[in-house]
Amino acid sequence: MKYISEFRRSELAGGLISHIRHRSKTRARFMEFCGGHTVTIFRYGIRQVLPETIEMVSGPGCPICVTANADLDKAIALAKVPGVIIATFGDMIKVPGSRSSLQKAKAEGAEVRTVYSTMDALKAAEDNPDKPVVFLGIGFETTAPTVAASILQAEEKGIKNYYVLSLHKLCPPVIRTLLDAGEVKLGGLVCPGHVSTIIGSHPWEFIASEYGIPCVVSGFEPLDILQCVDMLVGQVEKGESKVEIAYRRGVRPEGNRQALKLMEQVFEPAPARWRGIGEVAGSGLKLKSKYRRFDAEARFNIEPGPTIEPAGCICGDILRGVKTPSDCPLFAKTCTPESPVGPCMVSTEGSCSAYYSYGEGLGG
Amino acid sequence: MCLAIPVLIKSIDDKEAEAEVGGITRRISLWLTPEAKVGDYVLVHTGYAINVLDQEQAEETLSLLREIAEAGEAG
Repeated sequence: MKYISEFRRSELAGGLISHIRHRSKTRARFMEFCGGHTVTIFRYGIRQVLPETIEMVSGPGCPICVTANADLDKAIALAKVPGVIIATFGDMIKVPGSRSSLQKAKAEGAEVRTVYSTMDALKAAEDNPDKPVVFLGIGFETTAPTVAASILQAEEKGIKNYYVLSLHKLCPPVIRTLLDAGEVKLGGLVCPGHVSTIIGSHPWEFIASEYGIPCVVSGFEPLDILQCVDMLVGQVEKGESKVEIAYRRGVRPEGNRQALKLMEQVFEPAPARWRGIGEVAGSGLKLKSKYRRFDAEARFNIEPGPTIEPAGCICGDILRGVKTPSDCPLFAKTCTPESPVGPCMVSTEGSCSAYYSYGEGLGG
Repeated sequence: MCLAIPVLIKSIDDKEAEAEVGGITRRISLWLTPEAKVGDYVLVHTGYAINVLDQEQAEETLSLLREIAEAGEAG
């Protein structure tokens, strides 16, 4: 497919690998923030072709993985409200909350529908005017504008039974929190590609200027990742720290102004809870008062009960990049993709799922 | 979850478009990319075009990568 297959060409990958190996002299640890990048790195065996000087660690960039149990419990409690239809992206269904999951709630009679797009959720609301349809707003800056657009469409079409549970998360504030915690020392950051498509490359400047960490925005094909690593190595060897874009076909420095405009029209920053990290100021989005009638939390009085974390699960440490899945006593034993204990094993972009699927840390 | 793939816009109807990827036609929303035109490639995330793919930049990146590969062979 155009603009995909060209960026998988092995002879160009070979050139980049030689270039990286040739010029990388200094030991450096690079974090790929985004779960999509983690998947590309594992699928194409990129860790194995990098020189010993470069260590790759996975970050918290999987919206499903970082959704706190308390928020997951809210979604499950909403699903149990009689008459409510829950519309959600697929991976959320299997994530275990404190006492149940959306999948279990569905088996017990709740109406939980998997949708590909907010457009499908809106359609469900139009087709079922007597039932409230709640879309689970889970995602980063890439997804939030599409949810904002759905609310504006609902307003335009006069759809009165469409609601959003806004659990969106913003990436730059949580990266600052991780860097301030100082648990993981980073020599470079592979900045998320499609988050940057929306917000541009400027919001990463503070990482380069205040923390002295090289930043390169990457795409999702293997050549994109290799080019990004090559550019990070270039900065490391020159002792520079700046923000560069390796994914120029998909990211402009200023981002997508229209998407930002719609997002800012509907949402405003709010505190958000991240699994393993805790509450981070300004890292979430809530509906502005003008759009409060679309807010599921305002419409329904949800009492999900006390939060219980899964015993023995170290997803939180893995999301902060301080442990790897193979450090977890549950990994590939009691926790597998068929029977996941924590969200990092459920989501296809979770570190545990990537390690499991590509045989990393399984021994033997 | 932030997956987005390049698709080709075949026709536009107000804020929606017919787009083709790998021989399959899909309906997508142009709410976030009102500037998109027929013949553009757009990156589509959960049914919404999130940007118009910059074809010139794509070619520039590929020629840079070819240069790196050729320099490696020559060196």
